[in-house]
Amino acid sequence: MKMAGYIMKRLLSMLATILVITTLTFVMMKVIPGSPFNEERNTNEAVQRNLEAYYQLDEPLFVQYLYYVKSIVTFDFGPSIKQPSQSVNDLLSRGFPVSFELGMTALIMAVISGIVLGIFAALRQNGVIDYIAMTIAVLGISVPNFIMATLLIQQFAVNWNIFPPSTWTSPLHMVLPTAALAMGPLAIIARLTRSSMIEVLTQDYIRTARAKGLSPFKIVMKHALKNALMPVVTILGTLTASILTGSFVIEKIFAIPGMGKYFVESINSRDYPVIMGTTVFYSIILIIMLFLVDMAYGILDPRIKLHKKG
Amino acid sequence: MSLPVRTENEASSASDIPVEWFAPLKQKQDERESVARPSLSYWQNAWRILRKNKLAMAGLGVLIFLFIMAVLGPVLSPHSVTQQTLSEQNLPPSMEHWFGTDELGRDVFTRTWYGARISLFVGVMAALIDFAIGVIYGGISGYKGGKTDHVMMRVIEVLHGLPYLLVVILLMVMMGPGLGTIIVALTVTGWVGMARIVRGQVLKVKHDEHVLASKTFGAKTVRIIRRNLLPNMMGAIIVQMTLTVPSAIFAEAFLSFLGLGIQAPFASWGVMANDGLPVILSGHWWRLFFPAFFISLTMFAFNVVGDGLQDALDPKLRR
Amino acid sequence: MFLRKKVLEVENLHVSFTTYGGTVKAVRGVSFELYEGETFAIVGESGCGKSVTSQSIMQLLPKFSATITDGAVRFKGKDLRHLSEKEMRKIRGAEISMIFQDPMTALNPTLTVGDQLTEALLEHRPVSKTDARKAVISMLELVGIPNPKERLRQYPHQFSGGMRQRIVIAMALICEPEILIADEPTTALDVTIQAQILELFKDIQRKTGVSIILITHDLGVVAQTADRIAVMYAGKIAETGARRDIFYRPQHPYTKGLLHSVPRLDLEGGDLVPIDGTPPDLFSPPEGCPFTARCSYAMEVCGKVYPAVAEVSAGHRVCCWLQDERAKRALLTT
Repeated sequence: MKMAGYIMKRLLSMLATILVITTLTFVMMKVIPGSPFNEERNTNEAVQRNLEAYYQLDEPLFVQYLYYVKSIVTFDFGPSIKQPSQSVNDLLSRGFPVSFELGMTALIMAVISGIVLGIFAALRQNGVIDYIAMTIAVLGISVPNFIMATLLIQQFAVNWNIFPPSTWTSPLHMVLPTAALAMGPLAIIARLTRSSMIEVLTQDYIRTARAKGLSPFKIVMKHALKNALMPVVTILGTLTASILTGSFVIEKIFAIPGMGKYFVESINSRDYPVIMGTTVFYSIILIIMLFLVDMAYGILDPRIKLHKKG
Repeated sequence: MSLPVRTENEASSASDIPVEWFAPLKQKQDERESVARPSLSYWQNAWRILRKNKLAMAGLGVLIFLFIMAVLGPVLSPHSVTQQTLSEQNLPPSMEHWFGTDELGRDVFTRTWYGARISLFVGVMAALIDFAIGVIYGGISGYKGGKTDHVMMRVIEVLHGLPYLLVVILLMVMMGPGLGTIIVALTVTGWVGMARIVRGQVLKVKHDEHVLASKTFGAKTVRIIRRNLLPNMMGAIIVQMTLTVPSAIFAEAFLSFLGLGIQAPFASWGVMANDGLPVILSGHWWRLFFPAFFISLTMFAFNVVGDGLQDALDPKLRR
Repeated sequence: MFLRKKVLEVENLHVSFTTYGGTVKAVRGVSFELYEGETFAIVGESGCGKSVTSQSIMQLLPKFSATITDGAVRFKGKDLRHLSEKEMRKIRGAEISMIFQDPMTALNPTLTVGDQLTEALLEHRPVSKTDARKAVISMLELVGIPNPKERLRQYPHQFSGGMRQRIVIAMALICEPEILIADEPTTALDVTIQAQILELFKDIQRKTGVSIILITHDLGVVAQTADRIAVMYAGKIAETGARRDIFYRPQHPYTKGLLHSVPRLDLEGGDLVPIDGTPPDLFSPPEGCPFTARCSYAMEVCGKVYPAVAEVSAGHRVCCWLQDERAKRALLTT
């Protein structure tokens, strides 16, 4: 069946990309000056033992590579240098649920608000809602999310004292970081939905629907929406990536104990195994998300579902 | 003498028309084929549409202003970039220091425009390099077609799957911070977007009739690329470039926030914003405000101009 | 000729568009009637205003750029111009239906054909879903789609152009409207499919008695299917008449020009003579007859005053100064 062929092709592509990243991180580890993996080895005993166990440092290069690939495949991301009692996996299992909550909430908020805003802007083109929506959109795209975050903190936490500025302990704590993270994607989705909807509304089949005497509500909801949302689904993958990378900075600013915070700390302290492991983990998540989005796209558009050439 | 125009229902009141008017009229032959309105060239038309877009024009004005200030700003200011006057630490904006001073007594106004030079330089360089690599790669891939295209596209597919900022971060960790390394990191995977667009454009235009016409006239490949393909693609390419610059500036600021940016004493807007972040709770808002404002303003301007250009240069929307 | 029932009457219709370059007067005083059970064709070249006319009957023109500035559209004793949008929606698809030129893009690619067809019926008639389905299946049989039960579940891209046009026709007729407006229904189709679709129109008209307004630029299509014809030029109707009148006794120079520029099998061989020149700019339309610049019989009055309507014979009307007594006298003296 053609659908299976398409899935296979995508899976292979995914694996290729993961392999490239794995190789890239492996090469990096060997190449960075002052890294503990080459000849310098200027770390203490305990760490050294961990490293040797994980990376098989006495074996020839190619064997090391294979061991590394194997450990990635089995989701074992290695030890930490700066915190020898912890492995990367420990950090991930602590941080991931928090980051996931933050990221998912932001994503869902951005998607729903963005689509709704975009639809209303398209229907009332050049009206008040359109102007407001597009202004928000332009601001969301132009103002980087970390700056947005500081602005929000400044306004809502410091000056008006409505929302707490940091950590992650109650739902109230979630508001500001999620908002900061969601603004950019919301803006992009709103703009895209708007222009896509406007274009769809000029299509012939919408004219046919009008000639059939359907109400505007029905035309938008039943005929226009599905078609207009296609481009939005397409960029969902990229948006997830930007939310993911955006979370690094947001978590740092708001002192949220998620994966991103550990990642940023590891960058600053040059804890290379953590950097590598986390990078590979992030990439895998992203690639899975991209894959899911691709599948969703295939389901939504019947032309692709039935006729994709494998 | 002119008579009012009759509707088709006023039959007999046409009696006051002089009989002489019913004589046959001598017409000039060439008048028949005259076209009513003058037509504009592609670029003239695009400029006309762009000019009407007030937002895009405003953005263009902002960009021109920023570039001028980046050059002239440090010259205009009475202070120097690196001069540290410890007695004048952390002063809010005043007549002396228009944007205030930082914790080392340096003038923020002067530093802002120095930072402008760096940030804009990074942005424009990244866009230009992406353009160069992308056009070559995409052009070859699209024009050659067949197996070459297939292989080249597979490579792009894999590269596209890599999360852009993650790769940038990794490379920065690998290479160490610095202006040159940042530009390298940004462009190593950044050209993929441009290559795809160029390839798409080439594929679209390759079989256009005017290309075939040129071929039948015996034009060589280079001439075809120059005169037939390139002008048609320039629109999409320019739009892509105006959208690359803000994403490069954003990436640079992002890197600075993670501590991987440009090192002291040089400061881009990203570095200044990062330095300004911790002191915001102490009330020194100008440290963060000015670089953050200008980052946002620049990105806004480029985005708005890019949008306007997209509207103006899109052949489908030609009016 | 016995008096048939008038189903639609358009009187002195004026439609203008506001564009960036100014106001375009697309339709400038168009009047015609549609009788029960007939096929009325509006013929003219691109840009003459025939599509705009048909769309304004249904009030389907884009509201922000198009305005009906004058005239009346009378249907079932009401002027459609005075109806609210809600009332118009009840009429669209149920009492007056319209089909458009390109069947490839007329159907929603993400919905099944069955869904789109039943929707047309369910919108206007209080029937159950099962009954609707049955009605749709028999309608598909009527328009000549084989295996309708299976094909209901398929998507538009799984049908050929001709089949899609049949589906569109089925969708337009499912509520049994009085009037079907077909705007260039065969232009985008192959010649052989074209003939089939025209046959289908005739067949359906015989079976259901629907009145058809056919918009086209193709005289061949008109010759096959039209009972009465109106020839449009630059926003105005030049000549109206029965088929035989228009084809064998054309009065207006434009009509004659059209007939001469089309290859005819029934007349003796001769050269194809295209009409010199291009239609006038509708931003500032000329005061008199718009065809003056291209007309070989033009007189001074033609450019200055729009011709009065002349009734050549019963139901055959022309707007041309050549019909005026003074013109005929002038011709005799030259």
